[in-house]
Amino acid sequence: MGWQLVRLWTLLVYAFMFLPVAVVVLLSFNASQFGSFPMTGFSFRWFAELAQNEAILRAFRTSIILGTLTAIISTTLGVLASLALVRYRVPGANFISTLLIAPILVPEVVLAVALLLFLNFLNVNKSFALLLAGHVIFTLPFVILVVQARLVGIRRDIEEAALSLGASPRQTFFEVTLPLMLPAVLAGALFAFTISFDDITGTLFWKPGGVETVPTQIFAMLRNSISPEINALGTVMIVMTVGLPLLGAALARSLARRRGG
Amino acid sequence: MSSVFLRDIVKRFGSFTAVHKTSLEIPEGQFVTLLGPSGCGKTTTFRMIAGLLDPTEGDIEINGKRVNDVPIHKRNLGIVFQNYALFPHKTVAENVAFGLKYRDVAKDDAARRVAEALALVQLPDVGARYPKQLSGGQQQRIALARAIVIEPDVLLLDEPLSALDANLREDMRVELKRIQDRIGVTTVFVTHDQSEALAMSDQIVVMSEGRVEQVGPPEVVYNTPASEFVANFLGASNILPARCTGRANGHVALEADIFGQVAVPAEKAPLVTGEGPAKLVLRAEKLLLARAETPANGAIAVDATVETVDYQGQAVRYFVRAGDTQLQAINMIDERPFPEGTAVSLRLRPRDCTALPA
Repeated sequence: MGWQLVRLWTLLVYAFMFLPVAVVVLLSFNASQFGSFPMTGFSFRWFAELAQNEAILRAFRTSIILGTLTAIISTTLGVLASLALVRYRVPGANFISTLLIAPILVPEVVLAVALLLFLNFLNVNKSFALLLAGHVIFTLPFVILVVQARLVGIRRDIEEAALSLGASPRQTFFEVTLPLMLPAVLAGALFAFTISFDDITGTLFWKPGGVETVPTQIFAMLRNSISPEINALGTVMIVMTVGLPLLGAALARSLARRRGG
Repeated sequence: MSSVFLRDIVKRFGSFTAVHKTSLEIPEGQFVTLLGPSGCGKTTTFRMIAGLLDPTEGDIEINGKRVNDVPIHKRNLGIVFQNYALFPHKTVAENVAFGLKYRDVAKDDAARRVAEALALVQLPDVGARYPKQLSGGQQQRIALARAIVIEPDVLLLDEPLSALDANLREDMRVELKRIQDRIGVTTVFVTHDQSEALAMSDQIVVMSEGRVEQVGPPEVVYNTPASEFVANFLGASNILPARCTGRANGHVALEADIFGQVAVPAEKAPLVTGEGPAKLVLRAEKLLLARAETPANGAIAVDATVETVDYQGQAVRYFVRAGDTQLQAINMIDERPFPEGTAVSLRLRPRDCTALPA
């Protein structure tokens, strides 16, 4: 009896969390002008209109460029930092590690305001570079956590074996270490991309005037009206932020299987 | 092929000295084993030869050239690690060919050498597989093939057998020695297993607490241990307090409590110089138990009682008590061991004894 109640409650919690998302996806295929039930017919009309909307396309382009650059920079820095922290003896390694992870512990609003005030103090204007820097700062911890965990699992003697066979430290990194931690590096990059693509809090504070990312664009559109286009855009966002990591995981798994994993 | 020479090397980690001032020569083509318990400095010494650690003091020479400042990837060494350390993302053939990539070897030449190395370790058909698809023993053979295919100046083996099952370990031991004999490469082998060391080495270097205790061929280290530590680490020994009472016609006379006068051959007591306190070392397998009534035939005979019997199959280890002294004896048996509590006679030939200074 007690368990039945727990089950029911759990079901309700999940329904509460996911039903609105399902409704958004469903309504994005609604033919009617108004985003409400009952649906009047199935149509890709809103997706087509989305593809015509200049502002949304611009926001999309910005988001993809921003996300890609964030992923590249965060992953590079994250891999380098992880290597330093795991493979070399760095003075104050614990402190540096905490410092690098800190951005996930600090509330995003605080981080956003702090960076803004700091740059104000330095008399630096808001720019795309600043927005990018902000995104790198709070995606870096995810990359470092994932890559570090993998790197700890790569036995040092495998690298030593490569060195003993005549590979220089750099060749050893590219021939042995990097291929072995590639799944984690890709996972880190995907994390960074999706987090950046999704972000609204920091972006609202840091973006220069006239630049919109997809989330800030949706936010702006919501202030005027609830157009069914937003539902379509929401669906696209869901497909990207859920689909990309799933695709990445599938890729990593098939890669591992090919190596007799 | 090359020799390795360590001149006065010292390794300190902070205030801890892992290897005290040590000099060691590893002659060309020899199989030299660094033997000792964990923490004795054998692995530290090994890693200094490999170039994975820098000595705090002293020089390391390979082939007469000082290599202290030569990084590991330029030392031309073949290293076999304890846990194989194969590259999991490369096939067996790619693993073995790895070192050749950095050595200006033509492609078909490399393929031929890889095939030869795989044949040498008796795994000619596994080139296309990944390391995870092989058993532990097979992986270790591949690791060996990978290390020797580059024709290293020195082959370094870091406890290569310790991750294998007992039966496989003995097979691999024979196999490893066969391959080393065949290619004649100077080899440094690190182990804590005395039977591996005795079976495979030309020279054994026994280490303890960062110091070399003894260097010598297996039978010398085994039969004439230079210290109490060596006597106990290689097999089991009884070490009894004794007094040296003089020397005459090639023998050193020792007076030991329960055995009385024992005339130890002088070459088995090289470190006992003058008269006075000394130690009598009796190998457990040289101390024989006999029925009390059998004649002694010139051996020293002492009455004792069996206290504990540790049956090991073809041999048995007894703990016996003679007076106040407990001794251990390892004897081969053909029928059944003496039961606990039996009164026996211990038999000892003086030429099986060694003596150490007190």
